[in-house]
Formats: sequence, structure tokens, C-alpha cells
Amino acid sequence: MAVRSLLRRGLFRDSVTLMQLAAALESEAGIARASAVMASPANLAMLRENGVALAGIEARANDLLVIVEGDDGQALGGALDRAAAMLDGGTRPDAAPGGEGAPARPRSLAEAVDAAPDATLALISCPGEYAAAEAMKALRLGLDAMVFSDHVSLEDEVALKREAERRGRLLMGPDCGTAIVGGVPLGFANRVRRGAIGIVGASGTGLQQIACLVDRQGAGISHAIGAGGRDLSREVGGTTTLRGLAMLAADPGTERIVLVSKPPDKAVMRRLLDAAGAAGKPVVACFVGAPPPPERPTNLRFAATLEDAAALATGTTGPGADPPAPRAAGRDRVVGLFSGGTLCYEAQAVAAPLLGRILSNAPLDPRDAWDGKAGRHLMLDLGDDAYTSGRPHPMIDYRPRVERIGDAAAAPDTAAILVDVVLGFGAHGDPAAALAPAIRALDGPVAVGSVCGTEADPQCLSRQEAALADAGMVLAGSNAQAARIAARIAARIADGGET
Amino acid sequence: MSDAGPTGPAVLNLGVAAFGEAIRESGGSAVDIDWRPPADGSREAGLALAGTVNDPRVETANRVAFDRFLAAEPRATGIARASEALPGMGERTILHAGPPVAWEAMCGPMRGAALGAILFEGWAADLDAARALADAGGVAFDSCHHHAAVGPMSGVTSPSMPLWVVENPPAGNVAFCSLNEGLGKVLRFGANGPEVIERLRWMQGELADVLARALDAHGPVELKPLIAQALHMGDEAHNRNAAATSLLVKRLIAPALASGADPRAIARVFAFIAGNDHFFLNLSMAACKAMLDAARGVPYASMVTAMARNGVEFGIQTSATGDSWFSAPAPVVDGLYFSGFGREHAARDIGDSAITETAGLGGFAMAAAPAIVRFVGGSPGEAIAASRRMRGIALGANPAFTLPILDFAAAPAGIDARRVVDSGVRPIVNTGIAHREAGIGQIGAGITAAPMDCFVRAVRALHGALAEADDRPG
Repeated sequence: MAVRSLLRRGLFRDSVTLMQLAAALESEAGIARASAVMASPANLAMLRENGVALAGIEARANDLLVIVEGDDGQALGGALDRAAAMLDGGTRPDAAPGGEGAPARPRSLAEAVDAAPDATLALISCPGEYAAAEAMKALRLGLDAMVFSDHVSLEDEVALKREAERRGRLLMGPDCGTAIVGGVPLGFANRVRRGAIGIVGASGTGLQQIACLVDRQGAGISHAIGAGGRDLSREVGGTTTLRGLAMLAADPGTERIVLVSKPPDKAVMRRLLDAAGAAGKPVVACFVGAPPPPERPTNLRFAATLEDAAALATGTTGPGADPPAPRAAGRDRVVGLFSGGTLCYEAQAVAAPLLGRILSNAPLDPRDAWDGKAGRHLMLDLGDDAYTSGRPHPMIDYRPRVERIGDAAAAPDTAAILVDVVLGFGAHGDPAAALAPAIRALDGPVAVGSVCGTEADPQCLSRQEAALADAGMVLAGSNAQAARIAARIAARIADGGET
Repeated sequence: MSDAGPTGPAVLNLGVAAFGEAIRESGGSAVDIDWRPPADGSREAGLALAGTVNDPRVETANRVAFDRFLAAEPRATGIARASEALPGMGERTILHAGPPVAWEAMCGPMRGAALGAILFEGWAADLDAARALADAGGVAFDSCHHHAAVGPMSGVTSPSMPLWVVENPPAGNVAFCSLNEGLGKVLRFGANGPEVIERLRWMQGELADVLARALDAHGPVELKPLIAQALHMGDEAHNRNAAATSLLVKRLIAPALASGADPRAIARVFAFIAGNDHFFLNLSMAACKAMLDAARGVPYASMVTAMARNGVEFGIQTSATGDSWFSAPAPVVDGLYFSGFGREHAARDIGDSAITETAGLGGFAMAAAPAIVRFVGGSPGEAIAASRRMRGIALGANPAFTLPILDFAAAPAGIDARRVVDSGVRPIVNTGIAHREAGIGQIGAGITAAPMDCFVRAVRALHGALAEADDRPG
């Protein structure tokens, strides 16, 4: 073992610097051991005790001594050169990254409340297994909460909503994909005009569709409150929807209220209708696909579709006459590929009277559950957990839909392929570009679709519509209209009558 | 909704960062939270934590505890013999650092120190006899903390050792700590050779006597202002005590000379103190203990009142839970080692000196001590960041201790166990590193962090206590 040393007379460095220096040298290849000390008698004694050879070294207490040991003379020389450079340059051997930086970001809701005492709402999109705890903290800190996260148990949802009720707070979700509060989109939401129509719904894309249709018709939204898909179940009892209704009823900026969900539990529906009747404002209720109840409060009107709900709320006639449907000769089957659950549901409700049975992973009638085999008309909610576990949502990733469009096109009986395109924050940056090649490649089947979005959305509604039309898609002004067109193509119903 | 205001809601965004961006772009305000799963990812512990957040009982209790802590005025009033001063200490008792640990389970340095204390007390004639005595259960062991005391490293304190007496008049409590022996071969690192015992005898005699006389002549030494001044002179009152030691000498030298003690003894005593930059550490620890003990015993308070390590376990105590410990395996300290030593030689984290961090000094006041910041692995900037980071887990700040480099901001103080679990930020502890074998002494220094499990256990206990109170009829 060879030993080489470097002595700097009268150079002082603190012991920390020297320990760092020694550590840096020792980490170099070919260095068995490195020592760096101020050569005080005590330090020299310690080196000797540790078996460091000091023969021939004449160092005094104020001298700085570096010793390296190893078998490779060249490595030892290199290490000492490096030590000299570090001592002369004054740089730290392990110059650490970072620095003062900005004050740290808060790491918890409690810390964030300290940083932003005016905060009113927590938007929670952490992994579902932790979402209930975070939502509970938000409520306990006096905040409203929107729980975007899914995979929150029904039991936790009930507990959270009880807590929210007890504290007089609003708990949106869980699995609430979208909301608009005071003109600000939360989660996957569209940038819609501000206005006097308030929406409360247990349906993310239903709420989005109505908000966008309202925007398209020149009106605006005060607030859109998402309740989460299970809110109107018997177990949850509509807690959030009821609270949302009450808030919109009390909100001076809201003149009309739209209530939207898939058909709710019967008892819950009665409670909702009572609450809607007491709202003191016109209310449009849309329980997609459900028939209107026989008795209803005078301020309440019923809409069978999202499209009708938006029309009733704005006092307009809806998207206008359906555009002409092209023919798909010799073909009679509709395949719908949806990213929005309520959009899929609405499409079935609209198309079923024209088409008869439609199979689905989220069917109108449980008997029409799709078993994975090819069959008659098929409408799939590709945003369903079964398709999204471990992969991006179809609003973000269009590849699964592009694949399925190809599969559907290959079937000789496919007449119409029906898709929804959802814009807004968080959605795919340019869905038209993602879909166009698959649409262009269609030979026989007709692509029919609608875009759920606004001009102000990052993707821009008109640009997306133009690009999709250019690719050959038959564009409808609403999801319901798109479903009607697709059904007419498959049922070979010509414009103005049957052929 | 109506409170959302014309410009939209003020949102705390937890999870997808892009959502915060969208909110800000649309005219709302959003604070993005740097979130990670609390409680090291235990869903069940996270739910227990959630059940304690903003509980009015806990918030009120913490305010009471923290106010008592802030109101403390620790002052050194004298030197006392351990067995006479410490409540409930028996004559055949040896106190040690950290949570209670049985003789059989003690780490090397603590065993070495205990044997040295047995020799010092004269309970055995040599090391073999001392070991036999301990093996036979002839000595009782207990935590310093159970007797209002603290001790650095092994913390070994035996009945006839002299202790600093630190009184806290506002709360009427008293705290104690041994006298610092210096570096090298010393009892607290487990050395127990003749020179160690000899030094302890001298400390018991001349050092204790001169200090007692000087304190007597001076009157109580106010420790809070002294520590505050030292923070402005580059100390953080745990790993750097050079300034505070000098300030203490300044306070005591004239009274010592006026006390009538033998001038040669005074010279030896002050030469000893001057040769040990850590002499003040034990007084800093006693001051912190006095301040924190004042905060003890407030039901439902989640404020941490002690963090201490016995070389095997790292334990914490909270205000609400008295002498109960919430413990986890003690970590090995990340640090820099003296030449010839490395991590493989290191004992696990040991000592009661983390009482300084518990009181908002040490690692919490790292920004005050640029001279030693490289122990935290980096630059003064990182030291500042460390002090800032500790704010997030603190109940408040201590206006008595300010940090010049942070524009004289008050140092964070009063660790809330809930906030540690919630944020994943563990309290940092500056510390010396002992050799794992008895008697070799200090081999480095560095930084460690209190184990998360301690705080998770404390939060579970708090959650249980709250739930039990909720279930109680009436």
C-alpha cells in the first residue's frame, strides 16, 4: 500500500470541510483510504491510532494535511491534485444542489389553510384510497370539497356526506369529474360563459353537456355542482344534490336551476322533487331516460334528454333540425363508443325507440348488458372502471377508441359509428387530430358525433368541429342529436320518412 | 357558493397539479399542495389522523400547551446532587437517555457508560464486578425524562453526579441535566477507563463547587436571553454551542472570582470550560426540558414535549400522554465522520439532546448556524430551507428565538405530531455520532430525522382518546 500526502502550511479549513474532502477523495477509484485534518497533535495521534503512516511528514498544528492510501500511484497523485484544486478553489467537494429557493409549498391541507386562510374549497384528486381522509380533513377545516378521485367506498362516501351535512359544507363527489364554481372550472371542466343558470347533477358528462349546450345557445352558467354518480342512490340519499339545490335556490346570481342525473332511487327522487318544488325558482329536471312523474310541482319542468334540459333552461328550441343523414347501404347496425357515461346513457335512451334493443356495459335495462360478444346495436361507456383501470381515461387517450372504430368498421353490418368528443381542461389537447385518420379510413359505415365543448375551451369547439367534419364525420349539435342521426342511418329512415 | 365571490373560489388543490393551473387561468385562485400519502402511506393511520384534524379540543389544548411553553423563563439557579434533586430517583438507580431500555437490550455506548457510573459510584470495584452487578439486576435503570432530567448521548446519570438545576418560575417546574465532560474519551459515549472516572470525580468536586459558588454569587442565569444571543452569534444550541459557552463564561467568571473559591480551582474550572465548546449544551438541554415540561399534561394536546433516543429506539412524548413513549427503531445518523471512521462504526441515534429540536432549537434553528450547515449536507441555503420546512410542522414560532438570516423571523417551535404525519416532514435533529462500541467516543456528526412511526403512534393514541371521549355517555 502506497501513501501520499499533501501539506498546506497555515491553511485552515473547518473539520466539516475536511471530512467532506476526505469523503470525496475516498470515493475515487484506486483510493483505499483518505484522511484530511488540521495537523493538531490530537488529530495526528488519532491518525496514528488508526494506522495511518505519518513517517516523514512534518506538520504543525496550523497546517492542513491530506493523506491518501492505495496501490495505484497514479490514482493517488490524481486524488491529491483534486484535493489541491478543491482547497485552492474553495469549492465544496459535494456542492449540493438547491438553495434558499422560494418558501416551501404547503404539504398538507392544514398547512395550506395557514398559507391561504381565505380558501373556500379543496379540490381532491389524490389516489382514491387516500381521498376519503383528505376530504374529511377539508370538511373539518371548514372547507367545501370536490372529490375528483374515484375508488372511494360507498361507506366512506356516506360518512363524508353525513359529516358535510353536519358541518353545513358541500361535498362534491367522490368521482366528481367536473364542476364550475363562480365561473371557475374544476377538474375536467369546460370554460363556459357565466350566466344565470345553475346546474346540480349526479352526472359528470351530463352536467358538462348541459353547460356546453347552454353556452352554445348564448346563455351562461352561475355554478355547476357535481354530486358524484352515487349521490342519488338509496344509500347516499341525495345529500349533495339536495344541498346543491338549496345553495342554488339561495344564490342571487342563479335564476334557473337544472337538475340532472341518471334515473335516481324512487324515494330519493321524491325528496328531490319536493326540494325542487320549494326552490322558489324555475327548475328543469332531467333524469335521463326516465319518464316524467305523474305529479310535479308547478315550477318544475321535465326534460327527457340533456339536449331538452338545456333548451328548456335557456328558453330556446335546442340544436335545431337534425342535419340530413347519409345512407349506409346494406348496413343496419350502430356501434357507439363513448367517453362520457351519461352521454352513452342518453344516446341509448334516444336511439332505443328507433332501434329496439341496444346492448351496453351500462345498459338502460339490465337485461341488455353486453357480454362481450358481437351482437346487435352496441353502445359502450369506455370511461367505465373496467376499461380505465391502469390506463388513461378515453377523454385523454383516444387510442382505444381508434382501435374500436377500426374493429367496428371491419364488421360488414356496421352502419353508423357514434362517438362523443369531450373538450375542456384535462381532456385530450386535439381530439379531432387523434380521430381523423380512423374516420377518413371508413369505407361504408358513417361516423356520427358531437363535440361537448365551448369556443373558450383550450381545444376550441369550432376548430374541432371543422376538423372532424373535414375528416368526414357527420356532426350534430348535441349528443342526443348525434344518437338520433346514427339511429336513423341504421334504421334506414330517410329524412322526412321511411324508405 | 355565495361566498365564492365575484372572482371565483379560492381553491386548495390536492393531487393533479394541472387542475390548479386551469383554475388560475380561469380567474380563480389555487394553492397547489405538495402532497404525498400521509402516515407513510398507511390508509388506516391516515384516516385516524383525519379524525383529529381541527378538532376543537385538540386545537384548544395545543394553544394552552404552547402558551405555557412560550411563557417559560428557564434560569440556571444552582448545581445539585442527582439523588437529592431528582424526584423519585432511588440510591441504586442509573438514569439514561431516551425511552426506558433494559440492561440486556442497551447499546454498546450506554452499557459502557452504565458500567462507568457503577465504578464511579463505588458499587463495584472493577468492570467485571460492575457487569456482574448489572447482570444480576443489582441496579435499577430508568429514563432521565421520567425524573425531569435529560442527558446527552447515553445520558447516564447516577445518584452522586452533579446536575445543573434549571428553574422555570412561571410554571413552577424544575429541570436537570448533567455537566458536560468534553470530547474524546468520556462517559456519555461509553468510555469508562480510569481517566474518565477521575474526571467525573473532579467534576463532582471542584467543577461543581466552583460553578455552584459562581451561580450563587451571580444569582440565577437567565437562559432564554443567553440562548437568543447565541443564536445571533452562530449557535443553534445543539451541535454548536461555542457562542453560548463563551457567554456563560462571561456571565460567571467575575462572580466565580468574587465567590471566595480557590483561584487555582477557578482557573482549572474555566480552563476546562474554555476547552470545550459544547460545555453549554447540557444547560441548553436543561433549559429546553424546563420549557417543554411546562407544556406537559394538557389533555388532547398533540404538541410533542420530548424526543429522545436510547441507541435502540427513538421515542417521543406528547403533552396529553404524560410519560408514555411512542417509539420506533432509532436510525443510523447520516453524517460526516472523523478520519478513519465510517457509517459501519456508528451506533444508532442516541441521546436526550433532541430536546433542543423539540424546543425549536438545533435543527429547527439551523438557519442561525451557517458555520455548521454542512452537516445537513449542504449550503447555508439548505439550512434556511430546513428551518423553513420545520415551520410547517410547528404549532407556532418562538419570538424569544429569532433567526437573523431569515429577516429575524421567530424560530419554529412546538411540533404538532399531527402535522408531522400529515405532511410527511419529519423533525430534523442535529446530532453527534457515537462509535457503536463503548468507550471510543464521538466519531462524527450529522443530521437525522425522527422516525415517522413515533408520530403515527402518537396520532393513533390521540384519535383513540378523542373517540373514547365521544363515546362516553353524557
